Amino acid sequence: MDYVLLTEQFLNGFQLGIILFLMAAGLTLVFGIMDLVNLSHGSMFMIGAFVGGTLALVTGSFIFGVILMIPAMLVIGIVVERISLQTLYARDHLDQVLATFGLILFFNEAVRLIWGPEGLVVPLPDFVDGSVALGAGITYPVYRIVIIVLGLLVALGLYLLVSRTRIGMLIRAGASNRAMAGALGVNIPMLFSVVFGIGAVLAGLAGLIITPITAAQIGMGEDVLILAFVVIVIGGIGSIRGAFIASILTGVIDTMGRSFLDVFLLLFLPENAAESAGPALSSMLIYVLMAAILFFRPQGLFPPKGA
Amino acid sequence: MDALRNPTNILSAIVIGLCAIVPFAAPAVGEPFYVIVFARIMIWAIAAVSLNLIMGYGGMISFGHAVYLGVGGYTIGILAFHGVTSAWIQWPLAIGACALISLIFGAISLRTRGVYFIMITLALAQMIFFLSVSAERYGSDDGLNILTRSDFGVEFYDLNHKLTMYYTIFAVLVASVFVSWRLVNSRFGLVMRGAKSNDTRVQAVGVSTYLYRLSAFVIAGVMCGIAGLLQANLENFVSPDMMDWRRSGELIFMVVLGGMSTLFGPVTGAFVFLMLSEVLASITHHWHIIFGPFLVLVVLFARGGIAGLLTPRSARE
Repeated sequence: MDYVLLTEQFLNGFQLGIILFLMAAGLTLVFGIMDLVNLSHGSMFMIGAFVGGTLALVTGSFIFGVILMIPAMLVIGIVVERISLQTLYARDHLDQVLATFGLILFFNEAVRLIWGPEGLVVPLPDFVDGSVALGAGITYPVYRIVIIVLGLLVALGLYLLVSRTRIGMLIRAGASNRAMAGALGVNIPMLFSVVFGIGAVLAGLAGLIITPITAAQIGMGEDVLILAFVVIVIGGIGSIRGAFIASILTGVIDTMGRSFLDVFLLLFLPENAAESAGPALSSMLIYVLMAAILFFRPQGLFPPKGA
Repeated sequence: MDALRNPTNILSAIVIGLCAIVPFAAPAVGEPFYVIVFARIMIWAIAAVSLNLIMGYGGMISFGHAVYLGVGGYTIGILAFHGVTSAWIQWPLAIGACALISLIFGAISLRTRGVYFIMITLALAQMIFFLSVSAERYGSDDGLNILTRSDFGVEFYDLNHKLTMYYTIFAVLVASVFVSWRLVNSRFGLVMRGAKSNDTRVQAVGVSTYLYRLSAFVIAGVMCGIAGLLQANLENFVSPDMMDWRRSGELIFMVVLGGMSTLFGPVTGAFVFLMLSEVLASITHHWHIIFGPFLVLVVLFARGGIAGLLTPRSARE
């Protein structure tokens, strides 16, 4: 097996893991704190890509696009939360799933009306176009390295925010005992809005940074959303640390599986069988992983304390 | 009999009655197209009835129920692709495949509760969905055409005959409602409903609910699989789209719209859902922009669905 390819695919998997983490972090926070199953998180991914992409095209700078996207998504997230989700907190999970499913239909169609059915192509900024040599004969696209570094910085920032700041303390208090935190004077509705806004920004950021690679498309967030569900189920709902580890695990296993499973199968299967079984099995790999983990640990790898 | 004479049951009787006469009524009013529309509606209704069995009565919110439509359909499609067209082989295999897959999926997902259950059923369904997408031999994304419908080998029962196909679907729909009715009102159903409202208490009485819930999950999977094999025969086509996660979401909505935990609710729900989509789609191409908020409004303000709206407040539980 070729170690150059192996490293490249590992990095690709890591980069997918970073995208998944940005999605899963918001999802797991919203679920852990508000006990809300939010399918429309996938729409935030898509809206971030379209809004941020448009801002980038208008200002002519991808960096401005990213910077302007952050307040835009914060506002969009808070507005969505205030208008449609607040009444859902008291409802059961079924109602939440259905209502946010309705929101997905709405947002997909709204994006189709505004940006047209073709989607939006955002060019890769010049200064990150091209590849860089990592040594030992490995070259890797600069932009993907930027995604990885950015994602790691966001993860670190999120960790510091949750564990070292006052708002993080309130978030943790709200997550472990909502009623008690409210009784002690924490403005719970306000806290929910802020957390939802942060989640929307993270999802929007994930959508936007992937756009120069894949282009912004209608419904682009939904496959990522389902993968993010797998991630938070593996990681343990409500746990940021679990979400991070499970994201990277899922991203790497999925990507490596797609590239190397058929090679691996060749070791004990005839060639044509391995070639047809490879793609089929590799697309199922992470779900098998999830099923296996749940079989032994139904609460995920890192169930949050006190939950 | 008075207990049966309420608006909900009258509406259900109208819908079922309508389904029964459409093959004759539709051509008579010059809209023969409605025969196929009703056949499709009835297939979704069967799937919705099966979902209601576990979701409405058992409290198991499966967000991947459409996968059994796909499994049932693809079994027919793949067998037909390899030249096996006899219904006596196809149908038992399709049912067996659905039973096996729902047994495995149920065994895994029933170890969990609440939101984990929702997400796991979704993820497991996605697994089969991606399997069908990556199966190049069977058409991947483009789907698989089925050249011959299931062949029962007898002259008087031929699914290529329009009326035979239609009334087969109709009979399966009536049978599935009947089966749910019998199940729900049996000891089995009692345990299932008990486990929904308080699982710990039912276990404390000495009943192991896991096996009951798993059996219900498999029965619902098989019932939905039968809807899938009918759909494959009706459309002469299967594709991964049948088990797209949106179909599972729509199935949940049909059940809730009609009235969860009511016998005929899923049937009226499927009927209203598909008719409404048909009407909205004819008004505007962008009908989802109306349909999405409509869905939210139903969830927020009409929790009992149509059955709930028709039941007088005093008669509700």
